[in-house]
Amino acid sequence: MIADATIPALPRGIRLHEDKARGGFTLMAPERILKLDQIAHEVLKRVDGTASVATIVDDLAHTFAADRTQIDSDVKAMLQGLADKRLLDLTDE
Amino acid sequence: MSDAAAQSLIEPPLGLLAELTHRCPLACPYCSNPENLDRRSTELDTATWKRVFSEAAELGVMQVHLSGGEPTARPDIIDITAHCRDAGLYTNLITSGINVAGQKLDALAAAGLDHVQISFQGDAAGPADHVSGRQGSHARKLELAAQVTGLGLPLTVNAVIHRGNADRVTEMVRFAVDLGARRIEIAHVQYYGWALRNRDALMPTPDQVRSSTEAVERARADFAGRIVIDAVVPDYYARRPKPCVGGWGKRSLNVSPAGKVLPCHAAETIPHLTFPNVRETSLHEIWHHSAAFNAYRGTDWMAEPCRSCDRREIDFGGCRCQALAMTGDAAATDPACELSPFHARMIAMAETAVAEVEASPLDTEYDYRRFL
Repeated sequence: MIADATIPALPRGIRLHEDKARGGFTLMAPERILKLDQIAHEVLKRVDGTASVATIVDDLAHTFAADRTQIDSDVKAMLQGLADKRLLDLTDE
Repeated sequence: MSDAAAQSLIEPPLGLLAELTHRCPLACPYCSNPENLDRRSTELDTATWKRVFSEAAELGVMQVHLSGGEPTARPDIIDITAHCRDAGLYTNLITSGINVAGQKLDALAAAGLDHVQISFQGDAAGPADHVSGRQGSHARKLELAAQVTGLGLPLTVNAVIHRGNADRVTEMVRFAVDLGARRIEIAHVQYYGWALRNRDALMPTPDQVRSSTEAVERARADFAGRIVIDAVVPDYYARRPKPCVGGWGKRSLNVSPAGKVLPCHAAETIPHLTFPNVRETSLHEIWHHSAAFNAYRGTDWMAEPCRSCDRREIDFGGCRCQALAMTGDAAATDPACELSPFHARMIAMAETAVAEVEASPLDTEYDYRRFL
């Protein structure tokens, strides 16, 4: 399970892409194009390979003035789902 | 439907498969290239390919698959890769793995290559080299795979499954995990072109199909979170057809070495269609207005049992090329569907192919792919 101190990072070959033809953002991966909703995009924008999960959750809770507990569990579930698909690396400090 | 009305429903394509060349150091008997291979003298030049990739990005394509033949046989492969990245395209190299390791891969990675897909003909050199038709090829692939993962690039192992290796699916997945691949394609042979020529030597037995399907499910559980397994099922034994290329003219397009634009790599087997060429026509014009791309788009072209089927928007009636090859009518239901009147005949063909040849991979004689 993802801890607060876990640092998520997009590995080489996985990247955010602005889809100008259709609008919105996608996550590009080998033989996969994941259309991102606004929330997923806000999370992944903050994945820079140095910020911890706790930092990302703090930032989101602050930016959107939302319930931190809810954001915490949503973000951890989303990141774990991407890691299970080999689209995200998780490093425990 | 008027052309203008049809166009408003046409979504832009997501992917483009670029067959940069049909030249290849390997001779796999199930090669997906057409039997009538394009020769070097007919290949598009660098400037035309670059224009094609720019037009593709403009049209809405997000991922480009640089394939062949062996795409790195073209001396401009690094220039082309850099151009694709500059155009904003996710750039995937589909390679035999021969003559790529070393400086060439370093240069491709520096040019912005996103992903490398290496075909492996087996998990051990002997049987693998027999299938590829080239001694020593497996060892060269291993060398390239190590360099790919060493650079941190994502690696996909592309494993084509047939009678000679269908019993080794578990070993293939373990092999891919040990190589450090993040993804493996377990793709049963699709029987067009070269593979159709070799069908009797390649067709797996029903037992092999069952056990290989179970092996995939087991491996998905055993290696969850370590490798992604994408499987293409053997449709001679299927109950419903595959949604071939995600629907005709719906998600992807294919450009041949000589510049022909096709809805799928086997589409030229449909003789009454004329395919436009990027030398004369823009990709936008071809995607939206060509008769070939509109021929089997949507569901209006369908006859029964597809027309009233509740799966018509799921599998689009299956594969047009297979329908033509088996029924003589490209607009018929793919015989892989059990609702097709030709389904029993397809199963009988598979059973005959299997009954006539003993399963013995190393003794199998293949009709290897070559320039005819």
